[in-house]
This record gives sequence, structure tokens and C-alpha cells, in this order.
Amino acid sequence: MKANEIVATPLSPRRGGGDEASQYIDLYASQRELICSGSAPVMNAVRDAAMQQFAAQGFPTLKEERYRYTDVAVAFAPDYGLNLSRVRIPVNPREVFRCDVPNLSTDLVYLVNDQPLLEKPIPYVSSLRQACIDHPDIVAKYYNKCASVIPSLSEKGPGGEVLLNTAFAQDGLFVHVPRGERMNHPLQVINILRSPVDMMVNRRVLIVLEEGAEATILLCDHAMDTVSFLTTQVIEVFCADRSRLDLYELEETHTSCRRFSNLQMTVGSDCVVSHNSITLYNGLTRNTADVALTGERSEITMNGCVVADKNQHVDNNTLIDHIAPSCTSRELYKCVADDEAVSAFAGRILVRKDAQKTSSKETNNNLCATDTARIYTQPMLEIYADDVQCSHGSTVGVLDQQALFYMQQRGIAEAEARLLLKNAFVGQVIEQVRLQPLRDRLHHLIDKRFRGELNKCTGCALCEPHPQPLSEGRGA
Amino acid sequence: MSDKDLNKDKLSGPAQPLSENRNAREERDGNASAETSNDFVRRIAEQKYQFGFTTDVHTEVIDRGLNEDVVRLISQKKGEPDWLLQFRLEAFRYWQSQEQPSWGHLRLPDIDYQDISYYADPTARKADGPKTLDDIDPEVMKTFDKLGIPLEERLALSGTAVDAVMDSVSVKTTFKERLSERGIIFCSISEAVREYPDLVRQYLGSVVPYRDNYFAALNSAVFSDGSFVYIPKNTRCPMELSTYFRINARNTGQFERTLIVCDEGSYVSYLEGCTAPMRDENQLHAAIVEIVVLDNAKVKYSTVQNWYPGDSEGRGGVLNLVTKRGHLRGRNSRLSWTQVETGSAITWKYPSCVLSGDGSQAEFYSVAVTNNHQQADTGTKMIHLGRNTRSTIISKGISAGHSENSYRGLVRVGRHADGARNYSSCDSLLFGNLCGAHTFPYMDVQNPTATAEHEATTSKINEDQLLYCNQRGISTEDAVGLIVNGYAKDVLNKLPMEFAVEAQKLLQVSLEGTVG
Amino acid sequence: MLEIHNLHASIAGKEILRGIDLTIRDGEIHALMGTNGAGKSTLSNVIVGHPAYEVTEGSITFNGQDLLQMKTEDRATAGIFMSFQQPVEIPGVSMQQFMRAAVNARRKALGQDELKASDFLRLMREKRKLVEIDSRLVNRSVNEGFSGGEKKRNEIFQMAMLEPTFCILDETDSGLDVDALRIVAEGFNKLRTAETSALVITHYQRLLDYIRPNVVHVLLDGRIVKTGGPELAQEIENRGFDWIKSLTPNPSPNGEGNSRSSSLI
Repeated sequence: MKANEIVATPLSPRRGGGDEASQYIDLYASQRELICSGSAPVMNAVRDAAMQQFAAQGFPTLKEERYRYTDVAVAFAPDYGLNLSRVRIPVNPREVFRCDVPNLSTDLVYLVNDQPLLEKPIPYVSSLRQACIDHPDIVAKYYNKCASVIPSLSEKGPGGEVLLNTAFAQDGLFVHVPRGERMNHPLQVINILRSPVDMMVNRRVLIVLEEGAEATILLCDHAMDTVSFLTTQVIEVFCADRSRLDLYELEETHTSCRRFSNLQMTVGSDCVVSHNSITLYNGLTRNTADVALTGERSEITMNGCVVADKNQHVDNNTLIDHIAPSCTSRELYKCVADDEAVSAFAGRILVRKDAQKTSSKETNNNLCATDTARIYTQPMLEIYADDVQCSHGSTVGVLDQQALFYMQQRGIAEAEARLLLKNAFVGQVIEQVRLQPLRDRLHHLIDKRFRGELNKCTGCALCEPHPQPLSEGRGA
Repeated sequence: MSDKDLNKDKLSGPAQPLSENRNAREERDGNASAETSNDFVRRIAEQKYQFGFTTDVHTEVIDRGLNEDVVRLISQKKGEPDWLLQFRLEAFRYWQSQEQPSWGHLRLPDIDYQDISYYADPTARKADGPKTLDDIDPEVMKTFDKLGIPLEERLALSGTAVDAVMDSVSVKTTFKERLSERGIIFCSISEAVREYPDLVRQYLGSVVPYRDNYFAALNSAVFSDGSFVYIPKNTRCPMELSTYFRINARNTGQFERTLIVCDEGSYVSYLEGCTAPMRDENQLHAAIVEIVVLDNAKVKYSTVQNWYPGDSEGRGGVLNLVTKRGHLRGRNSRLSWTQVETGSAITWKYPSCVLSGDGSQAEFYSVAVTNNHQQADTGTKMIHLGRNTRSTIISKGISAGHSENSYRGLVRVGRHADGARNYSSCDSLLFGNLCGAHTFPYMDVQNPTATAEHEATTSKINEDQLLYCNQRGISTEDAVGLIVNGYAKDVLNKLPMEFAVEAQKLLQVSLEGTVG
Repeated sequence: MLEIHNLHASIAGKEILRGIDLTIRDGEIHALMGTNGAGKSTLSNVIVGHPAYEVTEGSITFNGQDLLQMKTEDRATAGIFMSFQQPVEIPGVSMQQFMRAAVNARRKALGQDELKASDFLRLMREKRKLVEIDSRLVNRSVNEGFSGGEKKRNEIFQMAMLEPTFCILDETDSGLDVDALRIVAEGFNKLRTAETSALVITHYQRLLDYIRPNVVHVLLDGRIVKTGGPELAQEIENRGFDWIKSLTPNPSPNGEGNSRSSSLI
């Protein structure tokens, strides 16, 4: 692939030290036509307002409570190209890439940057841009609406990175499961970042489950090239009454990737929903998840697992907003930070006045492996209803020294014993994955990750400056 | 009886409000068993504040407003040396450059800093402050009597020395002479500046620098009085030391400053109590407490905070914006904070510990009760810097009425704090669904051998326990008292005995009517 | 097999062992008796290499190797096994995972190839029967949620898997009822070969009815104060440890009288 095949629109030819936001404002002003022509009217309809708001508020700063652990503006400061003119990237992902989570008998969709490649038609799944053209009324009903339905989001308004996504996103994925239907297979979405130059990707995912619908969706993030990527992703999820959704996110990119993902979800009554976020390999990652429980008797499980080393940075920020009574939420995040890595977790549980009979439990456990790694943990309970059972706990700790000794007495070398204990530590999250093949695969991947083997086969820029030719792919 | 009546009444002695409460309770007891929890919630709002009377005493109050001249005037009135004036001026200039913080879970009213008087002296009749009891205005003496703090040593609680501060001035410090026999210094900070300038200069601002935060800067600029304690090496202070703070004058702020230095191998237990009259407007209280703990020394600091909380509609009340911090400088030094917070319209307070000495240990025990329209955002910071340092945090929040009660705490473990340990437990109890109970713990750990653990629960009062008590013939109100005291027991147990009894009563009174 | 000479050891600066001399030959079983705090567990922990204990003087050799220079895991793969008094629970680490790592480490030390998964599972099955341990237990996390008896049986099961040449049974009888004790002891006896030696630490005669020692030592205040045949255990059972304390102290095993410890006795 030659560089000139991608018409990358640089953010700005040469920034003269202006503030980080202005390059995006300028780019939008100069390329608005191009952006719109590469997208669809429903998406175009909300761009200007988003950009206006962005121009007014800019990027969130470290002084803002929800962004205290990640400097957003710094991540957005470098010069990235954008594929605004929608040049197809000439790559056949199935030939060059095999995801680390194969054989799940899933329906497979590849997203090259933000452009979907469906191998064959999959029921209920389409390109977001195409959906805007085919079913404009349905998409318009939901697109960019989640934030306004989640009170805690509409109160504060979206963050700058979300506004940028709304302003620049041209395509993405649309999943719409009609009333009472269920997807035959789990849907596996393989996001592949590809570019010969440093690239910004703005991806949008819209998931709508009508009443009683069921779906299992797995989103895997990978980077094929060693250039820097800046990804913004906004996932909007609407779960109508009695629907069931298992949503998995797995990030396995490299140290030059910056990811800003925002999950916004509203959940009706009697739903069973789970969200699992697994960060195995990354550069800088900020995952924001906002869930509003708007109907009674729903259950939400939010789990997360972070394995970070080198100078990786992972910031998970969640909010579960109990609006309706009698809902249950369970949240478990486990993080391991080694080398000079930073892991932050901030999880807010909000129980509003009418959300009586809420049951909520939030747990965050961390391992800080070196004196140069850093762990931040901030579980939060904010409660306005009295008939509730809410608790949270967080720990930062060391591996169990007694267990370590016991294993060594059995002849297991210290390094191996540590590995087993680390696996067991994060394994608790993986155990909650409902898809058995995925669970097995994740156990295996995490073991590889702790052994330092994972980065070698994913073409990580830091460990392998000269990755093998792309066409050789990787063993599964 | 409404709050206003109580105010007008200008209670003549401490016995009366107590008996009034007792009568009120007896009346209610008649049909307590029939009471529903809704009634209870409604009645929470009817609680009384016992200490809301005012004292009619000649008080010299300087004009309202804050500028450099006012800072100079305060310094001049206290006859301070130039270095202290310069300290105040620097702090004032810094304060001017800052904005009032807004990160707390509080609706802080706009404070007009120019509408407050920064110095009020109820002892001003005498040129140089009171020398003997005879010099003190009898009204002032009476006030402290009413508060249960007799200033005559023969009447005093045995084993407690008191520094009594009204508005901006220390009125009297008891047992000074007896303590000085052991080399213990216990006096007002103004006196300390005059008598022990080197000690004060060495430590003042060394734990809480004026740049620490907005209110710390304000205090550093205009602080009036407070206590100074120095315990020399290898001395166990033979009595409890205490300071009683009273705000009396209208439209004044109180900016007390306390400095405690506990030298190597020594021990002191220090108590702090506070009350204020009922007034319709807010009163500002922005204090700083600094504690320095050296090798093998131990300090126990207890507070029962009962500033006027405002009326049931949320009018008036003290804005309690306080910076308290201890520096555990020495090896194996220990500091324990215990607080019972029942008063103030707004509490913004995080008694903290910096554990730099190897093997140092810190504790924070807190009960915070909010009722009516009170708001509290309180907790602690434990900063682990030394090796094998330990900290424990036990916090119990109780919210009723329309109040907001937040625990906010930070545990930080620095890179070199090998073997640091922290345990935090924060529970919240809710009465009714018009109030809020919140928990915001922050942890920041940079050491692989450290362990930190936090857990929190939020629940309402256990109805099975209430029913059980009712079935045994205990009124709902008394049952709530029992249960709440049981809930707060871990903290109350940490208080010196007289204080613990006082605090228990206070808890019950604060929740009177809510309990059920 | 095991030779301990003038061993002094301390924990957190406090001396617990004050000159232990002990020789255990191939095939011998030694019982070590003594009151709480005498230093029995310290001795076993020092032999297996617990990091909290500091050896201040003396030596331990195992089949000619200087044990004190070896890491805990190397001592284990050389053939030393300790049945822990309180086996630790390791949530999230399955028994299979755990035993596989341990068995392969031992095989590697013996110059053998790693076991294939199927062979390993077969081995697990065989050994399980030997100690009458439920298959459900070996499918769980290590010791997690096991009862006291199950934990002890699991220790013997692991011994079966690892085939050590020197075993330390550290109060294996504590907390076991008679039936459980019999199963554990019989399991141990079945596993023993002519070369297997053991150090059996106990308060009571009870365990020694099942596992017959060749030599019995009494440990008191960090020293072996009396050594005898199996009859010594019976005598202690009948007359208690006070009887030992009341005796004129044995000449210290290393021949040096110590006035300080005499005065303690």
C-alpha cells in the first residue's frame, strides 16, 4: 500500500502553538462539505450543533472531576490525518488478519477504521451510513439521542471528545434487532486500524434492541500498522423493555494508539444487560461508560479488566444512573499496572430519589507491580433514596505472599507463581464472560499477555520495530 | 416551641433547654409506638438547638470589609512582630488571586467577604486583655458557664484545661501555671506569638501553608485567636487540653488558628468544642489547625462540632470551612483525629495526616450527622510518604431531613512508602428519601508493597431492629437513639469519656424526631 | 539425607532456634514434639526456606547440597515437601493448573520431560484414589472453601503427585477427627518408599500410632532437649511436657551448656 492512496486530510499544515481545539474547529470549517458528502443526511444533521458546542467548551481539562486522570487535550494535540474523502483502503482483512478470538461461530464484520466490510449479509446489521440512507426515520429516531435521554449526561452535556466524534464521524455500524427477535449468532466486530500515516479515526456505533430483543456483540480493536492512531468511538445503545444484551469490548492495539471510547446506554424495564471491557494491550485509553436504568427491575453487570505495562495508560470511567426502582447493578473492575503504567478507575453509582429498592455493588481491585506504576481508584456512591442496599469497595494490593510461598514450596518458580496469581486475579472478571469459547480464549490471551508474548505477535511498535510482513498474518 | 421563641427567650441557664427537650420527648412518648416513619421524618425537622442564645456584652467590632489595611489593623491590635504581618500580607495577596473552590458536593452560598467584620473583641474594656478572672466581663463568664465550660478552675471538670475563645479573642486559659511546671505551654496563639515567637515562627504555616487552599489563605491573612500547645520532650500531658470556641457577635467571622507541637516521646490529648447563637444570616468560620508530631510522640485530637446548623428552613447557620492537618514527622509518631460533627449549615472539612516518619500511624474516626438543610462534605486525607506507615479511616454518616452528607477522602501512597497500609470503612445511614448520602473515596497508589482497602455501604435504619425494640416496649425515638449510637459506637469509643457522653446526647438531640 | 548443624534462626529480630543439631538418614522417620512456641514450626519453615525467617548461624545440608543457599522452589524440586499446618487458599488458581506447574517443575529438576495433558490427568486420577479425595475438590481453586480435613488430605494428595524424598508433616493431625487422621496417615504410609524420610511435627502421640517414628525429639525453647526412641513419645503422652521441663536440662546437643536457657528451665 502506498501512502498516496489515502487522501489524508491533515489536521493543520503547521500548527503555530495555538490551542489544541482550534485545529479541529478550523478543519471542520474548511472541510464541512467534504465531511458531509462522505456521510449521510441523518448524521450530517447534527454536526454543526456539535461543533458549535465544541467551539464553545473545548476539551475537558484535568480540573473536571470526570477527566482528572487523562489529559484529553494533549492526546488530541498531535497532527493526525483524517480520511474524510472516504478513500477505500485496499485491504482484504480476512487475508491479512485473523483476530485473536476466532472460532466462536460468530457472524463477522470487519471495520477498517470506520468503514464496515460485511462478508455476507447479516440480519439486523449494516453500515451506519447505509442505514441512514435505507431507514432514515429509524436511525434519526436514535442517532445522537442517547445523551439526551441519560439525565446525568444531559445535565452536564457531552465531553469535547464526544462532540468531535459527532462532528466528524462519517460511518460506523448500525445494529437494529426488532421486537422479539434475536440474533442467530453472536456478532463479532473486528475493528482494524490501518493507515500509512498517523491517522485519526472517528467511529460511531448505534445499537437498538427493540422490546424483548436479544443480542450478543463482541467488539475487538486491533491496529495493523505501527503509525499513531487516535480513535474516537461513540457507542449508543438503546435497550427497550425485556431486551437482553451482552456487549464485549476487547482492545488489543499497540503503544502508539490513543482511544477515546464513550458508551452511552439506556435500559428499559426487565432487561438483563452486561458490558465487559477488556484492555489487553494499548497506548492511551479512556473508556467512558454511562448507563441509565430507566425502567424497573432491570439488571446490569459491568465488568472490566485492565492489563497495563510499559508506559500504557488506561482510564475507565463509569456511571450507573439508577433512575427507576428495583434495579440491580453489579460492577467489577480489576486492573494490573506494571512498569510505568497508569491505571485509573472511577465508577459512580447514582441512585435517584425514586429508585427505591435499588441493589448495587461496585468493586475495584488493583495490583500495583512497581514503584513507577500508578493506580488511581475512585468508587463513588451518590444516594438519594433510602430503601436501598448499596456498597462499594476498592483495594490496591500486592500478590498474596503466603500463596506465593506455598507455591514455591511445591517447586513452582517464583516468576511462574506470580504469573499464576496474576492470572487468577484478573481471571475473576473473565470468568463472568458468558460466551464459553470467548472465555477460554481470553484466559489464554491473558496468560500470553502476562508472559509478554502477546505484544510480539500483534506487531507492537515498541517490542518489534520491524513487524513481519502483514500478509503472513498471525497464528491463532 | 419554634426556633425564634427559643432565641427570644434568651435562656437563662443550661438546665432549661435540656429540661425543655425532656418534656417535649415525654409528650411525644405517649403515642410514639403509633408513629410511622413518615411522622418521624417530618419531625426530624423540629429539632432544637440548645446553644442558640446570645450574650449581651460590650464588644469592639471593627468595620466590615477586607483589605490590606484591615489585615494590618488586626496585626496591630495584637501587637504582632513584623514577620507575622508580612506572613499575613502575603497570604492576603495570594487569597485575592484565588477563587472560592466549588468541587465539594455543596451548594455554598455566595459569601460577600466585604460584608463581614474580621475582628470582634468582647474583652475590649480592658486595655490589654483580661489578666484575671475579675477582669472578664461577668456576662462572658456566664456565657461559658451556660455552655458548661466554667472558667474558674475550682469548678472545672477535673483533668481538663480550657482555652476559651469568644469571637476573635481568647478570654481565659485555665491551668496554665500548673501545666507550665512541666514545661508544657498551653495558651492562646496571640500570647504565644508574644511569649514564644521562635517556636511559633518555626512551626506556623509549616503544616498548612497559606497557599494550601482558598480558605487557608483567608485564615492566614486574618486569623484572630486560637490555641497554642507545646509539649516538651518525653512528657505525658497530665490533663486533657481543650479549646472552646464561641461565636457571639453579629456579622463577624471567626478565623481561629490552632498550633500543636508534640515533641519527641510525648503525648497529649486535645479536645475542641464549638457553638454559636442562632442568627438568620450565615456566619463564617474558617479555621486552621496544624499539628506537628515528632519521633515516638502521640497526639489525640477530638472535636465535637456543634455550631448553629441553621433553622428548619435552612436559614442561617455557620459555614464551617476548615483546614486541619497533622504532620507525622517523627519515626513511630501517631496521630488520631476523632470528630463528631452535628452542627453547621455547611461543613467543609478534611482533617488530614501526612505520614512522613517511618512507622508512623494515623487514624481518622468520624460521625457526621446532617438534618434539615444541613450540608456536609467531610472526610480525610492520608498521605503515606514514610516506610511501614499505617492509616485507618472509619467514617459514619447519618443523613436526615433535606440534608446532604458526603464522605470525601483521599489515600495516597507515595513511591517510597514501602509497606504502607490503609484501611477505610465508610458507612452511611439514611432517614427518609429527601436527603442524600454520598461516598467519594480517592486512592492513588505508587508503591508495589503497599496495600489499601476501602469499603462502604449505604442503607436505611434497620426496620427489623426497630420493630424488635418496639416489641420490647422501647419507643421508636429511643430505639433510634439506641441504634444510631450503636452504629456510631466505633467512633464514640475513641472520644475521651466526658466528651463521649456529651456526643451521645448530641447525636440523639440532633436526630430527635427522626428516630423512628 | 538431611543434616542440620548448630542452627540458629530468628524472625523479626527475635531468636527462636538456638542451636539445633539433627541428622535424618534415608528411610528414617523422626518425630519432633514440643509445646507451642518451642520453635517446631520455625524449624520446618527454615528447612523449606520461608522468607520471613533469618538463619543467623549454622548449616543445613540435603543430600550433600547446601540447602540454605537454595531458593524455596529449588529445595522443593530437590525433593523436600512440607504438609502445611494451615494450607493457604489461592482463589482463582485451579488445582489442575497448580499441580501441573508443580509436577512439571519437579520433573524438570529430575531431568524428565513435561507430562502430556492426558498423562497428567491420568496421574491426577490415580493419586486421587490413593488419598480418597473427591474429584470435585481437585476441580476447584487451590484449597478454596475446603474444610480443615479436606485441606490436609489435599496436602497428602499433592505429596502423592510430587513424590518427594523428604517430607515434613507440620501438625498434620491438628483439627482432624480420628477417621480423617487415619485416611491422611494411611495415605502417607502408602506413599512411603524405603528411601523416604520424614520429620513429623506434632503435640500428640495420636498421629505417631499411625506413623511410627524411629526417633523422637523434644524441642524446648529453641533447642532439642531430649532424644529417644518411640517410647519417649508415649512417655510424654503419659506425663506431659512439664515432665521434660522439670528434668535437669540435657547437655545442650552441641555440647555447650548455656546458663541463660538453664535458668529459664
